[in-house]
Amino acid sequence: MTAWETLDFEPFLISFKLAGLTTFILFIIALPLAWWLSQTKCRFKPVAEAISSLPIVLPPSVLGFYILYALSYNSPIGAFFEETFGIKLVFNFTGLVIASCFYSFPFMVQPLQSGLESLQKNMLEASYIAGKSKLQTLLFVALPNMKPALLTAVIVTFAHTVGEFGVVLMVGGSIPGETKVASVAIYEFVEVLDYTTAHIYSAIMVGMSFVVLLGVYTFNRHHNRRLGVA
Amino acid sequence: MLELDIHKKLQGSRGEMDLDVQLSIKEHDFIALSGQSGGGKTTLLRILAGLEEASGSIRMRDEVWLQGKKSLPTQKRGIGFVFQDYALFANMSVEQNLLYVNKDKALANHLLELTHLSELKERLPSTLSGGQKQRVSLCRALMNRPRLLLMDEPLSALDPTMRTQLQEDILRLHKEFGTTTIMVSHDPSEIYRLASRVFVLDQGKIIREGTAKELFLKAHGSQKFSLKGELLEIIKADVIYIAVVAIGQQIVEVVLDENEAKTLRVGQSVQVNTKAFAPSLSQ
Repeated sequence: MTAWETLDFEPFLISFKLAGLTTFILFIIALPLAWWLSQTKCRFKPVAEAISSLPIVLPPSVLGFYILYALSYNSPIGAFFEETFGIKLVFNFTGLVIASCFYSFPFMVQPLQSGLESLQKNMLEASYIAGKSKLQTLLFVALPNMKPALLTAVIVTFAHTVGEFGVVLMVGGSIPGETKVASVAIYEFVEVLDYTTAHIYSAIMVGMSFVVLLGVYTFNRHHNRRLGVA
Repeated sequence: MLELDIHKKLQGSRGEMDLDVQLSIKEHDFIALSGQSGGGKTTLLRILAGLEEASGSIRMRDEVWLQGKKSLPTQKRGIGFVFQDYALFANMSVEQNLLYVNKDKALANHLLELTHLSELKERLPSTLSGGQKQRVSLCRALMNRPRLLLMDEPLSALDPTMRTQLQEDILRLHKEFGTTTIMVSHDPSEIYRLASRVFVLDQGKIIREGTAKELFLKAHGSQKFSLKGELLEIIKADVIYIAVVAIGQQIVEVVLDENEAKTLRVGQSVQVNTKAFAPSLSQ
């Protein structure tokens, strides 16, 4: 049998399920924070910005270790979930989603924040003057005028989650069909010297990443032309 | 009646200054705010709109808009605002820009017809000219039938022909909607045509007020021109000197004697005075 015929696509499916869910959850959590950061003159803004950016600079092992510690049965959080709801938060898919949300948080917040900050301030004020609330202004004026930033936030978060390795390994382990994502699978193939499969997996990742990014940049270019932004 | 008495510390271009303004404006009046830039005009307008904080009080008819710490949110003031840079909703067509404010289709059509925009109602703002954008912005400001219409240098980015057209639109809409209108403007001809009262703001204080006639007809009908210009160059020609001065869009030459030439510097802002003993008007 050739490597193609035995190829198991499950790690890819888990990667995409994880990335899709993480992106969806983060969008809902990050949007209010990004809006607040873009509008506030509060002196604690740099503190909030620094905390939300921590996952970019921290080694994934540090992040993974803290998350593992916080979610395990040894911590109050982990114990509470296991005793109250009977849910285990580590070494399963749920734990992976929680860990990914921390890991990819800044990649959602930052494009949204800079998109909101680059909007013409007068345009938002015109909406308030028209009697519209902040929520209405965000939904009907701000978001439709920052589609490139929205798309960037969603795609980068998705891609970054697909690409994560260290945190996933620490919090999820590598349980086939549950927490074994594509990046971990590649690592394991290399470890057992199965270079053919590692090559195929890696090439698939490169190809898909390229197509997605190409799509984003093409869309942004058309969008900016249409609205006369750039 | 709009009454305001406000104070605010501002970081102006010329250092810190106190905005300290007491005004009482009759309903349906057309007010022009004039004066050097950095004098606090835009800030005053934004305070009226509730877009910026200030201490003091603002009352519109029987409503309190500002009193001590209590400030009525922008959303509830029921005003119209025309920004210098239009601030149209870029994602919406001309018609949608209007309907976003108020779903009154009949009113939107009426406004678009009055301002000759009906044929452009499906277009996105990015495809319009500056004058068209500002007309859309004006229509949008009137969609919730505001009692108070605020305009921040609405015409300063437009060319002279477009200005004249828009001045007519503004005046017509001001009358039809019975708004109390406050416009920031630097252009004396515009103020003369539109405003019934003018307030001149400098360093945060009102230094002069009156009708446009009182403030701008400087010599009170003595057939005298007094034009502000910028001295571009002084040329020596035999025994006399010729000063080249830019006045508005025109460049003129004025003869100087040696003493005058010595006291003037190139780049200075100067005033050109002349008797209008034989002026001619043409179209």
